[in-house]
Amino acid sequence: MTPASFVRLTALLVLAAFIAMPQVFAFLFEPLIAPGAPAIYNQGSLLVLTLQHLRTVCLATMVSTVLAVALGIFVTRPAGAEFLPLSRSLVNIGQTFPPIAVLAIAVPLVGFGEKPTFIALFLYGLLPIFENTLTGLTQVPSPTLEAARGMGMNARQRLVQVELPLALPVILAGIRLSVIISLGTATIGSTVAAKGLGEVIIAGLQSNNIAFVLQGGLVVALLAVLIHDGLVLVERVAARRLGGSLNEVS
Amino acid sequence: MSSTASRTNTFGVVPPRPALSLDHLGFAIAVLIGVALFAAPFATYRATRIASGEARLLIEALPIAMAAALVLVALGVAIGAVLVRDPLSRLGSAVIGLAVLLPSLGLSAGYLTPADNTFARVSPSLGFWLLSLAFSLLAVDALARMRLGPYGRLTALAVGVSALALLLLSGIWDDLSILREYYTRADSFWREARQHLLLASGSMAAACLLGVPLGIVSHRLRTLRIAVMQGLSIVQTVPSIALFGLLMAPLGAIAASVPLAAALGIKGIGAAPAFIALFLYALLPIVANTIAGLSQVPSAVVDAARGMGMSARQRLVDVEMPLALPVILAGIRIVLVQNFGLATVAALIGGGGFGTFVFQGIGQTAIDLVLLGAIPTVALSFAASIVLDALVDLSKGTPA
Repeated sequence: MTPASFVRLTALLVLAAFIAMPQVFAFLFEPLIAPGAPAIYNQGSLLVLTLQHLRTVCLATMVSTVLAVALGIFVTRPAGAEFLPLSRSLVNIGQTFPPIAVLAIAVPLVGFGEKPTFIALFLYGLLPIFENTLTGLTQVPSPTLEAARGMGMNARQRLVQVELPLALPVILAGIRLSVIISLGTATIGSTVAAKGLGEVIIAGLQSNNIAFVLQGGLVVALLAVLIHDGLVLVERVAARRLGGSLNEVS
Repeated sequence: MSSTASRTNTFGVVPPRPALSLDHLGFAIAVLIGVALFAAPFATYRATRIASGEARLLIEALPIAMAAALVLVALGVAIGAVLVRDPLSRLGSAVIGLAVLLPSLGLSAGYLTPADNTFARVSPSLGFWLLSLAFSLLAVDALARMRLGPYGRLTALAVGVSALALLLLSGIWDDLSILREYYTRADSFWREARQHLLLASGSMAAACLLGVPLGIVSHRLRTLRIAVMQGLSIVQTVPSIALFGLLMAPLGAIAASVPLAAALGIKGIGAAPAFIALFLYALLPIVANTIAGLSQVPSAVVDAARGMGMSARQRLVDVEMPLALPVILAGIRIVLVQNFGLATVAALIGGGGFGTFVFQGIGQTAIDLVLLGAIPTVALSFAASIVLDALVDLSKGTPA
């Protein structure tokens, strides 16, 4: 086991232990608080909040992935080529919108709670996945496409068997970016009453309890770093399998 | 084979088209305009700032002659979008559309608000937003197809900013809800605007001061490079509000034990943790792009400089840095756009900035207040991205 993966495994175990049994760690946070104030978040279970946080991010990312990949495929086909220049500009413009603005604008339209958070996560999550799908599909070498055409593959077969597999690592990198942004946006979602780990930080800020802020921040930060690393691992596996299958062909 | 028989692009062969044919994008925009005109309310009227809104159709929202004029112009743009492909004509028609639409929103607010009533609020509704979306899409598409150079894009930005300034200064929008929100807090608006700019650009300047030298050293030392990049990418992964929170505890402790720090205004809550968090987020793009920029300098060029008798210092300053500049500027662009957005979250820990209005607005469910914070933020990021993109292009053009 390399030192890096040992650190990761330890971090994962500590995170899991803290989420499951936060009271055990209370002694670490006690020096930070005023006497009599709770050292560990006491307005809900950390485990439930973590699961709700992850559920929102998962759902939103799945919907964004499906739509963004479909749109990316559409604008790189001849039928959708007219939309390509516009869609590139829109992605650039869309990324200048801060997630908090999207979140705040969604509240008056759909009310407080999970809905505005989900909309912000979904919309903001679209951009990196769409951008990377475009990059992935447009960087497939044209000799490869010619060869596939020469082998008698039709447009559908070329897309499914050649273009998408070759674009997969780049698309996965887009999904990773999207998940990491969503984890952060979902945290801010707690300001509009969405259930999630941001609740712990916000409660700490409101009651001036630095222990809450710190433990909320630590859990969110560790979760994001570990999920990021996990997704990088998935990308490596995908790239290795792709490399393997290419070698078999040649 | 004539030159127009077939054009190939990366997506295969595009069949030749006659000049007049149905444009898919134009058709979509025309449908959008149709829905906006006939199926969506143009404005929302509220008796008070937080009362629930009543929808007003275009025909109710403007005097009949003006409503008819707007409909005619919008239909003209829609027909043009479907039939005309020339980007310049499309841009022209989109600009005319916006030039009629934007002032008429202000006129509608004046028309719908009863005389001498300072409580009633008029804000744009779905129809207005869809119309401006349709016209803007048409303009953005035309601009993308025109492939403007850096000066062209800067000119387009300047024209847009001047038009907006003219609309705001002329007072034609003064009856709109969002401007009424502005007038009741004009002082704090400019105070938060200054704070927002200071947070975003100050932390970027600090990140450049440390990040560029760090990038130069890391470019040479492999071990340092790996450690720095790994550390910074972990920081980049931590969500903003969590990083703010994590910085509050140590800063609070420093303020409590070091009187000098407290005297300098460093404390657990407020601008200090926000500034440090933005600075940390800004480091990764700057260091990474400095390293990337330096690594792409061809080794033959560096060798030639060495052969000319240049010292290591001269090579760095006169050869390598100028060649790396476009990539470093691209990093600064990422940082500036990112910082303008992230600075909004600073308000949550008392750091000020436009986020103050966004979070106040969320708390009071006052959308106009949210927009008063969100629109300037988006506009700043947008303008910053256009200006820096142009600078990146210009720095590529200048001979090193």
